[in-house]
Amino acid sequence: MMKVGVVVFPGSNCDHDTYHAFKHVLGQEALFVWHKDSDLRGLDAVVLPGGFAYGDYLRTGAIARFSPVMRAVTEFAGAGGTVLGICNGFQILQEAGLLPGAMLRNRTLKFLSQPVHVRVERDDTAATAGIPVGTVLTMPIAHGEGNFYLADDELDRLEQAGQVVFRYTTKDGRITDESNPNGSLRAIAGVCNRERNVVGLMPHPERASEPGLGSTDGRRVLEALVTSLVRA
Amino acid sequence: MARARVYVTLKKSVFDPQGKTIHDALVSLGYTGVKDVRQGKFFEVELDGLPPETARATAEEIARKVLSNPVIESFRVEVE
Repeated sequence: MMKVGVVVFPGSNCDHDTYHAFKHVLGQEALFVWHKDSDLRGLDAVVLPGGFAYGDYLRTGAIARFSPVMRAVTEFAGAGGTVLGICNGFQILQEAGLLPGAMLRNRTLKFLSQPVHVRVERDDTAATAGIPVGTVLTMPIAHGEGNFYLADDELDRLEQAGQVVFRYTTKDGRITDESNPNGSLRAIAGVCNRERNVVGLMPHPERASEPGLGSTDGRRVLEALVTSLVRA
Repeated sequence: MARARVYVTLKKSVFDPQGKTIHDALVSLGYTGVKDVRQGKFFEVELDGLPPETARATAEEIARKVLSNPVIESFRVEVE
């Protein structure tokens, strides 16, 4: 059984959903890690859940990344530990420099809460191990700032290094302007670090992990995380 | 007491959806000469008990580490 730590910042609001998904849906050991804690010993993976950490007043994730737990997460990731950032958790990992890019306001300026389709681009990351490349997953997004930005030359490097993990597509896996909900460059919905042990994505897998939620596709992402730990 | 003014703006290459929306609104209000609008952030930071030299260094450090994100933004600091 894997031991998954779910970080709780003041303003996290998907922490309990994420905990529930790992503990009750996947049957793993899950526990909450308070943002003032700096001890991650004994954990197999750390998940930064969605929400509005510290209110996101300055920029999304800007203050959260200075919390004591983030120093520990940085060390944990540096030692090869598996880290997953969902939505606000992804934004915090970007601010902390653990994942590339930054999020701009959605191009429509609207907060978007809707199901989207994302195509799996890599099957060699902590969150997609065992999911065939090209698989289209349906999961909800809920964000105002999910418009992925990175300078053009750095985007090329990101692509070459195989760090684009998810892209917004149509249901049948095509990239169109309409299938890109927020204006993200190259339709990027999720990325990983060079070492592939840190992954961030804007859609919420935990909100698509049981039949009653309308989709179970997100369960595959959470399962991949657990599977990659078993193999590691 | 030193007062620092920090201006944080999106880099030129970064699309600014807020600025674009404001620009469109201005044009629709009849300001047809408005070519472009870029929205940014402005901070007034009061620094107590620091000589001007140190105040500038501190304000720049705050601007670089906290108030801006170097991936998308640049900043300018004025100290008085």
